[in-house]
Amino acid sequence: METAQRTLDEILNLAAAHFKVPREKLSPDDDFFKALGIDSLQALDLLTKLENHFRVELPDYELQGVSDFRTLAGKIQARL
Amino acid sequence: MKMLAKSLAASVRQFKGQALSWAVTNGVIELALHRAPCNEIGSLSLGEFEQFASALDELEKEAHALIIFSELKSGFCAGADLRELYERSQTIEKAHAVRGVRDFLERIHRTLSRIDASPLTTIAAVHGVTFGGGFEVALVCDLLIADKMARFCFPELRLGLIPGFGGIPRLKRDLGNAVVRDLLLTGRSFNATKAQQIGLASQIVSEGEALRVARATAAQLGKFDRHTAAEAKRFIKPIPQDELRREIDIFCELFSRPAVQAGLKKFVESTDAQPYLP
Repeated sequence: METAQRTLDEILNLAAAHFKVPREKLSPDDDFFKALGIDSLQALDLLTKLENHFRVELPDYELQGVSDFRTLAGKIQARL
Repeated sequence: MKMLAKSLAASVRQFKGQALSWAVTNGVIELALHRAPCNEIGSLSLGEFEQFASALDELEKEAHALIIFSELKSGFCAGADLRELYERSQTIEKAHAVRGVRDFLERIHRTLSRIDASPLTTIAAVHGVTFGGGFEVALVCDLLIADKMARFCFPELRLGLIPGFGGIPRLKRDLGNAVVRDLLLTGRSFNATKAQQIGLASQIVSEGEALRVARATAAQLGKFDRHTAAEAKRFIKPIPQDELRREIDIFCELFSRPAVQAGLKKFVESTDAQPYLP
């Protein structure tokens, strides 16, 4: 079972790799829209990437009000 | 006269438009969508889709399969052009706006039903955003090949509407009612893995591979007797005409409601990063 910290680390690594942003520029409490320079269509790409990686299904309405990596990790963790 | 016929035939065999293009290669029609930002379907796209539907009678004589795909990195199709829909509804009186919407829906239904009923075996090769009207275009096809980054959604309820391009009857044709209720009533998006689990996607492939796999599948289809394949398809795939007509009626009834105008306005005027999220 993934720990919450490991889930968060994997999310940061995946987001950095997918959107070609240096990993060191991302922090857990960053607004991922701003930090990654993405819009909502690209956020859906990130969601798909995370679902595929963690093998979970995360309804996108769960992302309402979620804009930082740490909270996103909590949502994923709740499905593992 | 022969030259004219030849030239007409050539212009039907391939077409390069602003929103879409098609060409026939090795008995396979490839219909490519390429209207930035994400193939939103408005009057320009509809006009070119209608041209394609008109050309199908000729194209079907020399093809055995049709592949519909997107050339845009952003995805297959994000659905109806909501900006155009909202702007048009603001400039004309409400009764005219509803009539205009009905006319648009009837035209898109005729076009999509023509593709749905084609004797060719049809394949939607999808990636990325496949939402709303885009999902409905994919649903007219016999087979859906999705790459791992494809994402599907009927977000219309978020705008106070229902899918209007034939999505509900076609989804009901393909899936169990519980799944249809989930997708429609939550308006949530789902990925390719889920699409395959529920029986929507026939194959899931690596990112960027959907068109290649669709072409390989189409090549396989070319080995079979065309008449037999067409008869088998007609037997197994009814066109839900009554429900398609009813869907247009319900959409038009809902369209005139203030909640819909407010939803469209909010989407169109959104400056935040999240208009495609619920």
